Amino acid sequence: MSPQKRFKNVQAQNRTSQGSSSFQTTLSAWKVKQDPSNSKNISKHGQNNPVGDYEHADDQAEEDALQMAVGYFEKGPIKASQNKDKTLEKHLKTVENVAWKNGLASEEIDILLNIALSGKFGNAVNTRILKCIIPATVISEDSVVKAVSWLCVGKCSGSTKVLFYRWLVAMFDFIDRKEQINLLYGFFFASLQDDALCPYVCHLLYLLTKKENVKPFRVRKLLDLQAKMGMQPHLQALLSLYKFFAPALISVSLPVRKKIYFKNSENLWKTALLAVKQRNRGPSPEPLKLMLGPANVRPLKRKWNSLSVIPVLNSSSYTKECGKKEMSLSDCLNRSGSFPLEQLQSFPQLLQNIHCLELPSQMGSVLNNSLLLHYINCVRDEPVLLRFYYWLSQTLQEECIWYKVNNYEHGKEFTNFLDTIIRAECFLQEGFYSCEAFLYKSLPLWDGLCCRSQFLQLVSWIPFSSFSEVKPLLFDHLAQLFFTSTIYFKCSVLQSLKELLQNWLLWLSMDIHMKPVTNSPLETTLGGSMNSVSKLIHYVGWLSTTAMRLESNSTFLLHFILDFYEKVCDIYINYNLPLVVLFPPGIFYSALLSLDTSILNQLCFIMHRYRKNLTAAKKNELVQKTKSEFNFSSKTYQEFNHYLTSMVGCLWTSKPFGKGIYVDPEILEKTGVAEYKNSLNVVHHPSFLSYAVSFLLQESPEERTVNVSSIRGKKWSWYLDYLFSQGLQGLKLFIRSSVHHVPRAEGINCNNQY
Amino acid sequence: MDSYNAPESTPSASSRPEDYFIGATPLQKRLESVRKQSSFIPTPPRRKIPQCSQLQEDVDPQKVALLLHKQWTLYSLTPLYKFSYSNLKEYSRLLNAFIVAEKQKGLAVEVGEDFNIKVIFSTLLGMKGTQRDPEAFLVQGLILSPRLEYSGTILVDCNLCLLGSSDPSTLAFQVAGTAGACHHTRIVSKSQLPSENREGKVLWTGWFCCIFGDSLLETVSEDFTCLPLFLANGAESNTAIIGTWFQKTFDCYFSPLAINAFNLSWMAAMWTACKMDHYVATTEFLWSVPCSPQSLDISFAIHPEDAKALWDSVHKTPGEVTQEEVDLFMDCLYSHFHRHFKIHLSATRLVRVSTSVASAHTDGKIKILCHKYLIGVLAYLTELAIFQIE
Repeated sequence: MSPQKRFKNVQAQNRTSQGSSSFQTTLSAWKVKQDPSNSKNISKHGQNNPVGDYEHADDQAEEDALQMAVGYFEKGPIKASQNKDKTLEKHLKTVENVAWKNGLASEEIDILLNIALSGKFGNAVNTRILKCIIPATVISEDSVVKAVSWLCVGKCSGSTKVLFYRWLVAMFDFIDRKEQINLLYGFFFASLQDDALCPYVCHLLYLLTKKENVKPFRVRKLLDLQAKMGMQPHLQALLSLYKFFAPALISVSLPVRKKIYFKNSENLWKTALLAVKQRNRGPSPEPLKLMLGPANVRPLKRKWNSLSVIPVLNSSSYTKECGKKEMSLSDCLNRSGSFPLEQLQSFPQLLQNIHCLELPSQMGSVLNNSLLLHYINCVRDEPVLLRFYYWLSQTLQEECIWYKVNNYEHGKEFTNFLDTIIRAECFLQEGFYSCEAFLYKSLPLWDGLCCRSQFLQLVSWIPFSSFSEVKPLLFDHLAQLFFTSTIYFKCSVLQSLKELLQNWLLWLSMDIHMKPVTNSPLETTLGGSMNSVSKLIHYVGWLSTTAMRLESNSTFLLHFILDFYEKVCDIYINYNLPLVVLFPPGIFYSALLSLDTSILNQLCFIMHRYRKNLTAAKKNELVQKTKSEFNFSSKTYQEFNHYLTSMVGCLWTSKPFGKGIYVDPEILEKTGVAEYKNSLNVVHHPSFLSYAVSFLLQESPEERTVNVSSIRGKKWSWYLDYLFSQGLQGLKLFIRSSVHHVPRAEGINCNNQY
Repeated sequence: MDSYNAPESTPSASSRPEDYFIGATPLQKRLESVRKQSSFIPTPPRRKIPQCSQLQEDVDPQKVALLLHKQWTLYSLTPLYKFSYSNLKEYSRLLNAFIVAEKQKGLAVEVGEDFNIKVIFSTLLGMKGTQRDPEAFLVQGLILSPRLEYSGTILVDCNLCLLGSSDPSTLAFQVAGTAGACHHTRIVSKSQLPSENREGKVLWTGWFCCIFGDSLLETVSEDFTCLPLFLANGAESNTAIIGTWFQKTFDCYFSPLAINAFNLSWMAAMWTACKMDHYVATTEFLWSVPCSPQSLDISFAIHPEDAKALWDSVHKTPGEVTQEEVDLFMDCLYSHFHRHFKIHLSATRLVRVSTSVASAHTDGKIKILCHKYLIGVLAYLTELAIFQIE
């Protein structure tokens, strides 16, 4: 702070001590004096000061006027004065202006509240004063307590009281502390008797009530009031809050349609409240308000189980209260220390209270609460998981539109429910057992159309387990649908199997590194797990080979298949799992002979990654000879080399049908293709031919006829550069790694030494 | 009888040989059983013919009378979390207030107040297959007649002597508190006074039971009470309210239990196989032919002794019913019908079976007629309920 400012603050402090006050600067000074611990307010005002400097002159004038006005009100009406009304009006105007513009400091509020409720002035003046008591930032609790004490004296009229309660409800969030006010609970409660005040007092009590305020005698009192006044919305709201805190004492069920329970007390101060909120933006936490949900019973026939499918979050106080008589001391202690769910707002809160969290009465409600999902995820408490398991399995079964006949009108609801589950699974990165069980039961009955994307996503979240066990339950049924459905269905199945593989791999890689108790009872060894994964990959290989035949080598389908293998080829490096599985020949050759450049490019990329993974595996084996269990069989290497030879033979050395694909020369002659040898190299391969032509045209645009065979020698490497520049990254990586480029086509050295 | 104390006195749950599942959590056991179920035929191919059970002898005959000759709607129910048999009184108070609050939407009621609706919880002693099965219990919703103050004063009197208090406000509270406690005596008094009009009319009855529920009991921990079969009689709106309360309080889940044609034919065979001293009803089958605009129903009634004779001719294994026998039994009926009417019943859907033992409808409605085979019928229904919740 600059010396000048400090001076100003000192000045301000002096002024406060003299009894007069000003706003802005003095507020901060006052704060310093009153509440040195409240550093947030101080720093905030520190920031505001520079701005204050510019408008200093204006503010000063206003400040002084306000001081005078407040001073005037404090002294009380001067009887003798002739132009009393005029002065009063002037001062009122001043206060109103300042209040609506910038708000009042808390000690000014203190004084004004005092004046308004003490009845020194007339009713009209009191009303005007109350209406303009708008805090700059906060209202001190003490002033409210003092004001309430005026209510007991009986000096203010009924309408002033009503206005005061409305003011209190509207400003409730800006009162700095509420402990003292809560001690006055009994007083407020007694004011319920007053018919005019009742709605507003109800609202205030609704905001104020804590669990310890709910007492049997109060419950009875409220019920008496209800009997007297009938079904009043404000009373209903308060009663349902009581029910929430003490379900063993009271029971109420709110009508479904009712939405508004309180008369809007905030109306008078709407804009001012917004302004205060903006001024307070940083430190004030969002006030905690309990939601009033309608009752959950749906008297509709057939579907009484669900208003919304997912139950509303509610603490389990219900069941605890039930066993009241036998409650032990430890239970009591636990209960006082337990953390109510309704207060759970943030992740740090969850971490601090994770040991004493009150669980919801219906476990299904966690599905809508991300914080509790975290809890479900890390908790090892069997009852919690079992409750969730049962709820989810039954709900899925009950809601599933094809599991039961004539359930189709709720299709939309079911889709939304599945979406919620999938969101939760994605959030947790973990599948639920209930969903797996549901898939086993419902997949045989599924038509492959209903909620397709949701259903297939559920498949991709099946928790890791032994493939040979899951296969007859799931994949065999899925295969039937797969083979008999359209190409789009096939693609989406492959997509979800890719995601399944990825989820399993992630899970396993975590499992290996963290070494917790393995979750699956069967696959206890890494070898077993790897075996399961490789079976899945082989199964998908079989599916895709057959699908390629059925769809007559569709490029579209091949894209999805290669996407799957892009995951497969990188298992060793990406997930650090000892597994390399190659693709079946049906896929490899289809891709190699494809007419689509991007397919070939993808194939090159996959071959490149396979090579990387196998090299890394080989290196590791040489380093640590002990881990012999997971040595890849030489068959894998042979297979890879075979593919590599074919590929290099086709694309590079122009010896396509010698080593890799063996085709009898006689047959080749019968085809009538004269130069079959180089017809599959990077220049002549059908998928590259267009590149070759455009490359040549680029070289010599005026040429009428192009001879692609002219690409050789130096031009060959230019051509390669051209191809790479066209975005064929896979090809680039493949050639860089697998082909030691010597400018002559014959000088190829394939790495076949694995 | 000490069978009531049985659940506490048999801590065998922990000492059972569980080595097979060592290390596996209940959830995994669940999943295992689901897998087993889904991979094989849904039901085991042989079952015992219902026998009169020893435990059943202990059941209070008045309560059994409540259960017989009534049409029950079946529900399956997942295990109840933290349900305690010692809190039945408290539950009845809470449920009572809940029902009243639901009935008069928006109006709050005090728990324990005297209402014109009264809910009574009571256990059905001995209604179990094995000692390990949890005790079954009955929930009754009574509507009290307007001359309620009469029965009310009886209660107040007995409370007066207990409390020696004359303060009317505490009295009201205490009456409410003890009302549940008196239910046993009240039921007895009900039978003593045949004109029990002032006692109130039973509006709704429901009961929870588990007969030979071993397969379910094995997979849950002690926090849960497994009563997988729930039977309700009364307006569905009442079932909805009461079911909702149970779902909220014990985190369980009710789902309607339908009986498919396959299980109905099993029921037909098993119930025909029961030895009866005298038959009270004809054996009747109902098939439905789904044709528009109106579906066609075919009823086929057989004299129960003829049905029994037919069963005896196909029956091979003593004391048991096998899948082949069930199929053969039904095939005989079909071929007989075809011979006379040239209609292939196997192409239609079996929707109802009624015998002298019990009758069942595919919508999940059941009526039990024979006291002797009550447990046997319930055992099969429990099996179906467990199958549905797993």
